[in-house]
Amino acid sequence: MNELQVELKSQLEKFRLAKIEPYAEEDDANENFRMEVFQELGALGFCGMTISEEYGGAGLGYSDACIALQEIAKSSVAYAVTVSVSTMVQGIIQRFGNEEQKKKYLPELTSGQGIGAFCLSESSSGSDAKALKTTAKKVEGGYILNGSKMWITSGGIAKTYIVMARTGGEGAKGVSAFIVEDGTEGFSFGKKEKKMGWKASPTREVLFQNCFIPEENLIGNEGEGFKVALGGLDAGRVTIGAIAVGLTERAVEESVRYSLERSQFDQPIFDFQGLQFMMADMATELEASRLLVERGAELLDKNQINSKLCSMAKLKATDVAMKVTTDAVQIHGGVGYTSEYPVERMMRDAKVLQIVEGTNQVQRVVIARHLKKEN
Amino acid sequence: MWYFSDEEKQLQEVCKDFARKEILPHAEKHDTDETFNIEAFKKMGELGVLGITADPEYGGAGMGCLAATIVMEEFGKACPGLTLSFLAHSILAVNNIENNASDEQKAKYLPKLVTGEHIGCMGMSEPEYGSDAVGIQTRAQKDGDHYLINGTKMWITNAQYSDIAYVYTRTGEERKNLSTFILEKAKGHYDVGKPIHKMGMRGSPTGELIFENSKVEKEHLVGKEGDSVYHMMKNLEIERLTIAGISLGIAQACVDQCLKYANERKQFGKNIGDYQLIQKMIAEMATETEMMRNFLYNLCYRYDRGEKGPVTAAMAKLQVPKMATKIALDAIQLHGGYGYSREFPIERLMRDNKLNEIGAGTNEVMIMIIAKNLLKETAQ
Repeated sequence: MNELQVELKSQLEKFRLAKIEPYAEEDDANENFRMEVFQELGALGFCGMTISEEYGGAGLGYSDACIALQEIAKSSVAYAVTVSVSTMVQGIIQRFGNEEQKKKYLPELTSGQGIGAFCLSESSSGSDAKALKTTAKKVEGGYILNGSKMWITSGGIAKTYIVMARTGGEGAKGVSAFIVEDGTEGFSFGKKEKKMGWKASPTREVLFQNCFIPEENLIGNEGEGFKVALGGLDAGRVTIGAIAVGLTERAVEESVRYSLERSQFDQPIFDFQGLQFMMADMATELEASRLLVERGAELLDKNQINSKLCSMAKLKATDVAMKVTTDAVQIHGGVGYTSEYPVERMMRDAKVLQIVEGTNQVQRVVIARHLKKEN
Repeated sequence: MWYFSDEEKQLQEVCKDFARKEILPHAEKHDTDETFNIEAFKKMGELGVLGITADPEYGGAGMGCLAATIVMEEFGKACPGLTLSFLAHSILAVNNIENNASDEQKAKYLPKLVTGEHIGCMGMSEPEYGSDAVGIQTRAQKDGDHYLINGTKMWITNAQYSDIAYVYTRTGEERKNLSTFILEKAKGHYDVGKPIHKMGMRGSPTGELIFENSKVEKEHLVGKEGDSVYHMMKNLEIERLTIAGISLGIAQACVDQCLKYANERKQFGKNIGDYQLIQKMIAEMATETEMMRNFLYNLCYRYDRGEKGPVTAAMAKLQVPKMATKIALDAIQLHGGYGYSREFPIERLMRDNKLNEIGAGTNEVMIMIIAKNLLKETAQ
């Protein structure tokens, strides 16, 4: 880590211990998101880290952003994910949007006053995103959207939504990307999903019923929606990897601390080889996934994008997070299964990291496709 | 299984039907609300399974470990939480009383426990003594014709709903000087502490039993003073085999749900079941479940014929819950976003199963038991 990164990490550590950690369990139990915490993160400059300073961002790289996300995730995957998705939305607007769109939408998002959400999945198109059915019909001065989107992170609390809808025929080329503002007529929310984890981060279905969107809200040209959607994918995978690394790091720390404190059979349970081997494996896997994520972020910063490596980083870091958090519950025994200790929440939060931003099965398909192409 | 008796086969059918009608429809709600399905529990009394191993003389079914495991599997497919409460009642309270209590004590307690009029629990673990169970510090001090009990029992399944508690205490300084009491809540023998909020098994109440100078008449003592360690270890064997039955049910429910979903869910224009990656997951989880089923029921069959021991019970308890967690995690993965949501039962089953790697002895304690016993046998 360079000097700036050390500073970022220490600033965020103080913040999370004061503002996030004390409420993490309560907010998980009550499925409660605190907008003021997000806004404070924004005031400190963490809600649009990779966005240009011209639009209120911090003008930093993915390596820096990944360190920040790791640190937030040590206390709350829910807030880390909210930041990560909102930043991805900003990245899309910065890269594919026109000057008016950037000026209109970015400052509110970079400052943390508003949250960005990304709407691609539908009830019958998850991994097979190209099959989406939401339509955008061209009319005088804009488009009429009809359909619904599933699993929308920050649905209901976000102000700015990027929505993929079909303007043309079947397949990827018929899809366009739109910016939809909260409060637009015909735009509403379905039920809040009841989830196993990520409970402080609301997930909702979003609905479009004859929802008129002015044409200036089209991102790029008609039919470029998939280019836009895929543009955020590589960075999105690396950042999910970074969140997984933060979660894993905390699970290792909690396990070591607890096993040194807890005695059974008149010795700290850390002294049993069975537990030592578990923790040695956990710590080794943590460093392996950290290195892959750092490498992915470094290549993104150098603009030498390597999709295979981004998929590998996401796959490895999230599989490791699942394994390590599960083992952390095991090391804690009965108390690890209760909400008095954070590890059971961490285990529940880990599972969906293997599902979002392309399931780990899809990552394997992507990696295999690259292997074939390289041959 | 070919070696199930007609009576056991019939029990399996009856329990399957009961689980579908009385347990499954309410499982998600009780998980979300952290409540106990007491209506279904009481109906288990009418079904005749609450005293599955108890003597028919006291209203029990007079069946064995294999029969109890069948019930665990069938109920476990629908709601592992409620099944855990069933286990705490029928195996930890009733079976212990059946095997260790006097005829007077049996006649007094069993009839109401087997009908479900009374709910039972067992107190072993304490805040500082979990894996190291023989080290417990709750003390029973003899004082004339009664005992004074002081201490706290932790992780007690059914604590809040219990009428009867089967409790292990220390009656002397020597490590193995443990004694057991059958205690009655109505007589003020124990207080119940705060409920414990858990990751899973939320349909099963967990609490503390608190003893502050509790005065207990000596007729509540089970057997002789100081002779409880042997009985404690004996009952742990059937506890471990039957709790593995809950995990078997969880694994089977995951396989069934995955097969259904893989045939229904389409992506990229075909059923996800047509993809080899999904086929591999399904083939592996189905194979592992079949292995567990054969392994576990085989051990239960042998147990009922006197081939008992700590090692095989620990092997079942280590292997079945461990595999079931892996299967449940894969089942969530196969369902994608839906698997993570509470619309499908898979995420609940996964959370519930994790407990089975911890309760009734952690995986690590099972490893210790298996290895130490095998090494000792070889060294002799």
